[in-house]
Amino acid sequence: MTRQIAVVAFAQSDHRRTTDELSEVEMLMPVLHEVLARTGLRTADIGFTCSGSSDYLAGRAFSFTMTLDGVGAWPPISESHVEMDGAFALYEAWSKLLTGDADTALVYAYGKSSPGSLRDVLTRQLDPYYLAPLWPDSVALAALQAQALIDAGDTDEPALAAIGARSRAAATANPHAQLRGPVPQGDHLVRPLRTGDCPPIGDGAAAVILAAGDRARQLCARPAWIRGLDHRIEPHSLGARDLTDSPSARLAAEQAGAFERPVDTAELHAPFSSQEVVLRKALRLGEEVVVNPSGGALAANPVMAAGLIRIGEAAARIHRGACDRALAHATSGPCLQQNLVAVLEGDPR
Amino acid sequence: MPDVRKAPLVVEFPFTRSLGPVQRAFLTGLRERVVLGVRTTAGRVLVPPAEYDPDTAEELHDLVPVAATGTVTTWAWNHAPRPGQPLTGPFAWALVRLDGADTALLGALDAPGPDAVRTGMRVRVRWATERTGAITDIACFEPYDGPPEQPAPHTGEFENPVTGIVAHARLDYTYTPGRAQSDHLDALAERKVVGERCPRCHKVYVPPRGACPTCGIATTEHVEVGPRGTVTTFCVVNIKARNLDIDVPYVYAHIALDGADLALHARIGGIPYDRVRMGLRVEPVWTEGAPHPDHYRPTGEPDADYDTYKELL
Repeated sequence: MTRQIAVVAFAQSDHRRTTDELSEVEMLMPVLHEVLARTGLRTADIGFTCSGSSDYLAGRAFSFTMTLDGVGAWPPISESHVEMDGAFALYEAWSKLLTGDADTALVYAYGKSSPGSLRDVLTRQLDPYYLAPLWPDSVALAALQAQALIDAGDTDEPALAAIGARSRAAATANPHAQLRGPVPQGDHLVRPLRTGDCPPIGDGAAAVILAAGDRARQLCARPAWIRGLDHRIEPHSLGARDLTDSPSARLAAEQAGAFERPVDTAELHAPFSSQEVVLRKALRLGEEVVVNPSGGALAANPVMAAGLIRIGEAAARIHRGACDRALAHATSGPCLQQNLVAVLEGDPR
Repeated sequence: MPDVRKAPLVVEFPFTRSLGPVQRAFLTGLRERVVLGVRTTAGRVLVPPAEYDPDTAEELHDLVPVAATGTVTTWAWNHAPRPGQPLTGPFAWALVRLDGADTALLGALDAPGPDAVRTGMRVRVRWATERTGAITDIACFEPYDGPPEQPAPHTGEFENPVTGIVAHARLDYTYTPGRAQSDHLDALAERKVVGERCPRCHKVYVPPRGACPTCGIATTEHVEVGPRGTVTTFCVVNIKARNLDIDVPYVYAHIALDGADLALHARIGGIPYDRVRMGLRVEPVWTEGAPHPDHYRPTGEPDADYDTYKELL
């Protein structure tokens, strides 16, 4: 019988435009302490640790080895790292727990985008032969996708503005969010996207603890059971894709069992308003589903942590009884290149 | 709160990348003003071409010349171009499906303004004057109202094919050291070496990074260490580093400052390189205006006993 794995605790920093008074480990460490305190676990009790981050954000080589100082990795711990959003680190930790090698896992992610120029930094993740030499920034690529959606009749500029406004209104209930309440829709940054369609740039960190079976029940009154988890990728050439759709997100959701029963809540990692349009369609989310009650990435988008935060936010709602079955989504790369979907459930109330 | 310490940090890297046979033909073709796609098993023509079929992962090699004219499939108006982008004045990013291709190529479209651009508009390649066999050999696209070009047949074989690209990248950052390292640097400015003690294991870290790597908790208590210390281990450097005006050979050493539980590293001077040894007692030599000791030199004290520093190796 397959082991049941749950998210038993979640913590995140306040996400801010800059944290220049703190090093990466100084920003991350309080979040690690908070998530451990929620379960009463110490580092030595954790079976597996996995993190997600990128050296390119702050321009610091081997940044993840420095932030490991905040974990307290002595005596040596079982540890891994992905140069991706922490949601993908969570995937690795979940797999590890499924094998039975560990009963608990600490997953964390952080990103300091403030030291660099994020739009330019993200060009370095692109195809080095055909794309990276043109320095197409993250907003430009998202704008190409937005225009394709407008051309297809899937959305228009007012509908996109409404997504941003709804997200930041929801974020008024989220003390960690960077943008809360009304934000001017602003001028075109790269047409058709306006500043209000784009995520804030900022620094932040997040952490979750996973536990298996009875261990999860001991650590959390209402664990958020991971019923399914999968991630899929699109062809890397942007011009070979239908940018108005996300077959990879749909397939990941199908593999994760998202379509077996309706979800009541979805936390979508859609950094640009137009990407929510794509994801709602691909994931077949109807109007009855509460989408991004946290405010989503349009309210706080600490790169490398924002996807893990979607899983954490969905789990936290299950923990406190505000949700019974949630879909959490994380993305990586340009124009929803890679997509991860988790289905989380609480025990019947 | 005092002003946060900041310094510019430039990360530059010229990645040298080799090319597969399909990429080699495509990029060499651009140099010769020929656009080559590759045909997939299902008969689709990919431009830009891939080495492997995105649907089946099969290796591809059937090169097909396509036109330098095509149609915009989507676009985005970029009124404020950023460093490194294809044009310096406002332009449209566009995905362009060249005539004869089934997929679209990303490029800049030189148009007078957003009102002159629409999905479905016809464009053609504007070639760069100097071409090297890189994607930037396509300077940009430009509006075009003529008939589709008819590409001449091509084998995909060229004289002197390019075999690789050099992808230059430069990213500019503003480095901030954080709380613990800032305190350390502030103390260094007064010629003091200050570490931090872990409240749990009581180890003193120099330089401090804000967290005890053993206990995973914040270090906060400042502890002045040194100035004298002991060489715990060392190496002899025989190759001159770029931008460093020091004669070789010289010695680079781990030095446990008195009171510190972690060795820092620095150059040893004031003694022939072949007389430096483990246990040598040293002290910092400061130079006017430098943010840290220039090097360490022998104090003349007797060597430290191995047992006093064996835990710090």
